[in-house]
Amino acid sequence: MDIRTFLKNNIVVLDGATGTELYKAGLKVGEMPERWNITHAQTLIGLHKAYYDAGSNVVSANTFGANSMHFNDAELEEVIAAAIRNVKAARDLSAGTQEKFVAADIGPTGKLLEPFGDLAFEEAVGVFAKTIKLCAKYGAEIIFIQTMNDSYETKAAVIAAKENCDLPIFVSNAYGKNGKLMTGATPAAMSTMLEGLGVTAVGVNCSYGPDDLMGVADELSECSSLPVIFMPNAGIPKNENGKAVYDLSAADFAEGVKKAVMRGARIVGGCCGTTPEYIRLLSQAVKDIPAKEITPKRLTRISSYSHEVRFGFKPVVIGERINPTGKKRFRQALVENDNGYILKEGVAQAESGAEVLDVNVGIPDIDEKTVLPEIVAGLQAVIDLPLQIDSSDAVAMERAVRLYNGKPLVNSVSGKKASMETVFPIVKKYGGAVIALTLDESGIPETAQGRLEIALNILKQAEKYGVNKEDIIFDTLCMTVSANPFAAQVTLDALKLIKEKTGCKTSLGVSNVSFGLPDRESLNAAFLTLALGNGLDMAIINPFSAPVMKSVKAFSALTGKDANFTEYISFAAKNEIAAAPTPPAHTGEVDGLKTAIIKGLKDQAADSVKKLLECTEPLAVINEEIIPALDTVGKGYEEKKVYLPQLLMSAEAAKAAFEIIKERSAAKTGSVKCDFVLATVFGDIHDIGKNIVKLLLENYGFNVIDLGKDVPPEKILDEVVKRRAPLLGLSALMTTTVPAMEKTVALVKSRAPWCKVVVGGAVLTEEYANKMGADKYAKDAMETVRYADGVFNGSIG
Amino acid sequence: MCKTEIKTYSGAPVDYGEVMRYAGAKKTDADLKTLIDDCLTECEKENAVNFAVCFTETPVTVKNDETDLSVFTLKSKNLATALFGAESALIFACTIGIGIDRLIKKYTEIDPVRALVLQALGAERVETFIEVFIKDYEKTRGVKLSPRFSAGYGDLPLDAQKDIFGLLNPQKNLGLTLNDSLMMSPSKSVTAFAAINGDRVNDKCGCENCGKNDCGYRR
Repeated sequence: MDIRTFLKNNIVVLDGATGTELYKAGLKVGEMPERWNITHAQTLIGLHKAYYDAGSNVVSANTFGANSMHFNDAELEEVIAAAIRNVKAARDLSAGTQEKFVAADIGPTGKLLEPFGDLAFEEAVGVFAKTIKLCAKYGAEIIFIQTMNDSYETKAAVIAAKENCDLPIFVSNAYGKNGKLMTGATPAAMSTMLEGLGVTAVGVNCSYGPDDLMGVADELSECSSLPVIFMPNAGIPKNENGKAVYDLSAADFAEGVKKAVMRGARIVGGCCGTTPEYIRLLSQAVKDIPAKEITPKRLTRISSYSHEVRFGFKPVVIGERINPTGKKRFRQALVENDNGYILKEGVAQAESGAEVLDVNVGIPDIDEKTVLPEIVAGLQAVIDLPLQIDSSDAVAMERAVRLYNGKPLVNSVSGKKASMETVFPIVKKYGGAVIALTLDESGIPETAQGRLEIALNILKQAEKYGVNKEDIIFDTLCMTVSANPFAAQVTLDALKLIKEKTGCKTSLGVSNVSFGLPDRESLNAAFLTLALGNGLDMAIINPFSAPVMKSVKAFSALTGKDANFTEYISFAAKNEIAAAPTPPAHTGEVDGLKTAIIKGLKDQAADSVKKLLECTEPLAVINEEIIPALDTVGKGYEEKKVYLPQLLMSAEAAKAAFEIIKERSAAKTGSVKCDFVLATVFGDIHDIGKNIVKLLLENYGFNVIDLGKDVPPEKILDEVVKRRAPLLGLSALMTTTVPAMEKTVALVKSRAPWCKVVVGGAVLTEEYANKMGADKYAKDAMETVRYADGVFNGSIG
Repeated sequence: MCKTEIKTYSGAPVDYGEVMRYAGAKKTDADLKTLIDDCLTECEKENAVNFAVCFTETPVTVKNDETDLSVFTLKSKNLATALFGAESALIFACTIGIGIDRLIKKYTEIDPVRALVLQALGAERVETFIEVFIKDYEKTRGVKLSPRFSAGYGDLPLDAQKDIFGLLNPQKNLGLTLNDSLMMSPSKSVTAFAAINGDRVNDKCGCENCGKNDCGYRR
């Protein structure tokens, strides 16, 4: 029988611990337990058999750490073949009459994924793929992904499983005391992503005993349409005379798990500290409990690395600002790889109340296939909002959706055959929700009925691709009223009709409606209120627009969707502050840009530069105000009169001023001197110093290419060669990473002899620097700037 | 066996002086204190500081410059000195988690001053919590611990990290991982040895014990 069939009407009993049992049998600390599959096959078979005898339906093979991070290819295959063979042998030997299955146990790699660790997402997929392929080859019947505490690594494993076998996929994660994964995901977020990816069951294992994990299991049962796995430890380990002892007895453990089954858990077993005896009692305890029916929840939801967003409860704001259309400064940021600018747009939208961010980077001058995934990776590292991947380039879309950490919203598919053929397979494979535009080959129908027909066709096609109805969100297309006075009404009618007839959620980009008319915000806000009244679930809007945001908040307040008016009240309070006339920030200090920069006052610097630009040339502002101010601060720092945070604040104020000059003079500031490649060397993750150097160099007009920290020598060389950069800065903070710096300097000097290398960092001295062949030792950021200026203007050869 | 224990600590008060020292600031900088408080509030809101430690005790034998920790042996004169005279040693790995790394990464792009303060705060947090853990350990077990000693100190190579990770399994216990470069992720993390009741238990910790007198971070 297939486990999926068995699951329909039965409680599934898993096995208990393998690791802790092997330690009891003599496994040494530091020894790979998987080698025992070959060297101690009888021990393993005995243990697996004991679990089947105790009543387990599923026994996991000893493959938790069997991956290419720990074994070479040949040994990996041997270890996995033996692991599966052992479980099968145990199954044959066991006298138990229950249904019995063999699972492959897929544990974490032990590495953290980029950008916070050093394992690339695709590398992780590759590691899991190798293991999963072998497990399937040797006859595993379930891929059981366990104990992962990071949503991103979990996704890598699931994708590897989907791409390398057709076996059912069980996923259970290790949640912390706060009920979240180590990297921040709630159970609801995990179930959103995993259900989207199409796994067979979701759950929780390890970390704590049954009582402490009950909340996680409850949350999963509440929102998931999948069977819930519950596999706690035998309580918490206590040290008794140098031995780890778990504090729950087998009977108490079984009682705890039984409680979870009564509340809806369907797949139960034990993790660390549990033994065949625990499973025997557990199996008895749950044997007569009827399997609770799992009801489909039919939720329309997406997720980020941390939380889920559900649609249909109250209006959801999707921030539209990460989009280059009509934004000169944004386009420039894209062309120049200025990810900081784009990130700022994202953060500001989140602060203004956006709950999802649309990400669109489609301009002709960049390679969207590379840039879109990069921007998505950058945003999801630091912003916890789910993203809406917005692209008409199928390759860019697939790449971005694949490495997205959660369940994305895809924007968009339409009723055109070609569009559905491209987009639906992506949505199905990577488990997204998708915005569906009600247009097709013959255009946008002029009637609501016409748009409904397209919607119905889209649903029919989606079903063929296995995309769930609740993952389709209809956009009934908002047209410009100035071109057709009835356009808005048709959109609203279509919205209402489609929602009624299909039960699907709806979305609109609102701003289009007012195109060509004055005071667009008022029209947008009014239209949005109408749309919300007609059943709109989410709006793609500008969260910086107060009238539009007011409309959203007021609607929720007036329709009982904002309990106690908490959101409305806090929004109103914020608005009042914003609307009040701003008192001069620093009274009495009106003496201009120079002072603002010296004092590190960002806002004042921005204001002053605006005033100055009315009557002064940008270049003069830079040379006569900004640079002298920076010099003053820099000199003060060198003389130890100014401290580091002040130096940074001044640099930031100068940056704010530059930003305005850049905006005003659209790209051409005439102040870029030359490329300066900058990196913290391989093995070193300290980048404070490097970041300060970067900021100051930018202030002084250098185009800094910041390669980040922990950068291999080859990567640094490649960048220097690619740009024929005249300057390279290297930073190292620890004695242990000086050799990596030496290696980098030697490599660059031999292969890119034109490039001047300046080095710095806490452990370096001038003597060291000379010895390794660097051109310059700089003791701080200011000295680096002075040296770079010297090289640029030719005074240093 | 598998006798690694895990503990969590919270609520240790902030040592503003240390944060300012790590940030390269003047100790009396009032504006910076406000900024530190602001960062602390954000850390609380984002639940970005979660100190957890996993640790074990192991018998230790020092012979010349070799330290036999029964689970593995390390060759380092400085480690041998640090553990000399002790019958056993405490080995631990700890982290304040990934949340602070996220905040630092975010502000590195959009507000470098805040990023600097968060860096400093993260360093202070992990150090302060280690002190809390050490004191708790000494008190509950009735022992004295020597100043801690980490891989990368003196002549103890960073390679020792591999042994420590093999022993304590902090990947599973704390979500603390080792990069190929032997740096740790999350970044605000520490692994270390400390002698239990050894000859060095009364030595001073930190800067006072270090020969590099011209160090910018010296207290």
